Amino acid sequence: MSILLDYQQTSDHTLTKKDLGNYLPVKKVVYDTQDLNLWYSDVHALKDINLSIYEKEVTAIIGPSGCGKSTYLKTLNRMVELVPGVQTTGTILYNGKSIFDRTLKVEDLRTRVGMVFQKPNPFPKSIYENIAYGPKIHGIRNKKVLNQIVERSLRGAYIWDEVKDRLHENAYELSGGQQQRLCIARCLAIEPNVILMDEPTSALDPKSTHKVEELIQELKQEYSIIVVTHNMQQAARISDKTAFFLNGEVVEYDNTNLIFNNPTDKRTEDYISGRFG
Amino acid sequence: MAANTKMKDDNTVQVRELIDQKKQKKSFANLVEKAIPFFLFIITSISIFTTIGIIFTLLTETIEFFKRVPILDFFTGNTLEPLSQDPSFGVLPLITGTFFSSVIAIIVAAPIGLMSAIYLSEYASDRVKKTIKPLLEVLAGIPTIVYGFFAFTFVTPILREIIPGLEPTNILSPGIVMGIMIIPMIASMSEDAMSSVPNSMREGALGLGATKLEVTTRVVIPAALSGIIASFVLGISRAIGETMIVTIASGSSKNFTFDITQSMQTMTAYIVEVTGGDAPAGSTIYYSLYAVAMTLFVFTLIMNLAARYISRRFREEY
Repeated sequence: MSILLDYQQTSDHTLTKKDLGNYLPVKKVVYDTQDLNLWYSDVHALKDINLSIYEKEVTAIIGPSGCGKSTYLKTLNRMVELVPGVQTTGTILYNGKSIFDRTLKVEDLRTRVGMVFQKPNPFPKSIYENIAYGPKIHGIRNKKVLNQIVERSLRGAYIWDEVKDRLHENAYELSGGQQQRLCIARCLAIEPNVILMDEPTSALDPKSTHKVEELIQELKQEYSIIVVTHNMQQAARISDKTAFFLNGEVVEYDNTNLIFNNPTDKRTEDYISGRFG
Repeated sequence: MAANTKMKDDNTVQVRELIDQKKQKKSFANLVEKAIPFFLFIITSISIFTTIGIIFTLLTETIEFFKRVPILDFFTGNTLEPLSQDPSFGVLPLITGTFFSSVIAIIVAAPIGLMSAIYLSEYASDRVKKTIKPLLEVLAGIPTIVYGFFAFTFVTPILREIIPGLEPTNILSPGIVMGIMIIPMIASMSEDAMSSVPNSMREGALGLGATKLEVTTRVVIPAALSGIIASFVLGISRAIGETMIVTIASGSSKNFTFDITQSMQTMTAYIVEVTGGDAPAGSTIYYSLYAVAMTLFVFTLIMNLAARYISRRFREEY
């Protein structure tokens, strides 16, 4: 496993590999995972994970089914604790602070770290109420402010033009792809720093997938995005860094083009070239 | 062709031919096949025809009653003295009795039932749930006569300690006990409605930093609202139709009052009283039974329709 700490990117992403390790400012680490182990009752699901995830990048996590990639993602906002019998050791630092710290309220963490799920899961409310839900539970009641937030979030998720005339219709009347972008907009409404995406396009058709991928590219200007995907082409298309998980371990973590063009580990190569998985 | 077939080995079964032969036969099986849907339709109709029959009887006898007692007197009269020399048949005392007992019951049952449902669906571990739910169902299996007895001999004396002016028979005590009786139904039905809200919605809300309470009150309950309302309405319907508890614990004073510490009679208890005594067929008292029953029926019907409308309006589809 190699992490290229010496490689940094500019904000406009015009760097090529040649510029590696040059004069650029160091990108901030958002998530620093140290010796993370996780058990579901007696199943050892994550083994000695060490990963540093950088700000305002897209980090893809790939690997075959059951390799622990979703588990890792859900550990980052502690959603994994909803499963009974989960135990963890090691630490995850979020902006330098341990997310397992007892003084940290898990709700505060999840307010800073948004999540988009595999299957679109809008609330059975109107489009407007779906977006306003987050701000409302965090105490924003002013109608004007809420209206602004709703419009800004929907614009941010590039769905505004499709729904602006039907904000008070039930969200379940939207297509699957629109629902997923609505869920992304719902996430944006509370302005998180990080967005976790758990196979966000696996339930979508190719056209909707394309739209969501474009959206991810736009969002990384402002947000750090961690996306779990079983689609390797997708990881190659949209991510800056890629981590390859296998049997609960990180086999390789590097810049995406290095992972896909010049993997150091034989297992990564085998997986990427489609020999298993 | 026939010769050709014969020439073949007799042991070979000609499957196609056999099937064709069978098809051509107008067999008994065919007839059964055609008769079945008709038969099932008849069976299904039984309950519908029974209902229609009951309504028809109620209606004709009620009309007969209104020939003797003007309809306006019946619905606006606040004295019910069927056995006096100069009988009067105002239904209002019975309506207030039914109204107060049901309202007290739902005031007791709705919050307790809903909170139990929230606990069971959102907070309790599987083990706790598996223990408590059967216990609730035991409570639902207690015969209502036992509840009535319980109201009269246990709840009323306790209430009389607290409220000195309480009469030995009163509407408060059976109201509370009816509430206790319908708690399991409300808890169980609401719990079912809340448990069937998909987990992905809870996750969606938790992912936005909502607390467990916020998830419950702002996502799960709204999504399950139609089921919860349905459970309330069924609870009220049961309270309106409940007979034994009020007959035993509320006595038979046909008081027209808004004071729940007094004895009142409900529509159901009136029917028990009059049918228990001997109302000669064809007498006005006899016909008043049907008028009261009809009123009871219309009440529950209106309630059910209203509930349907409400639950449809508030439904959050997912």
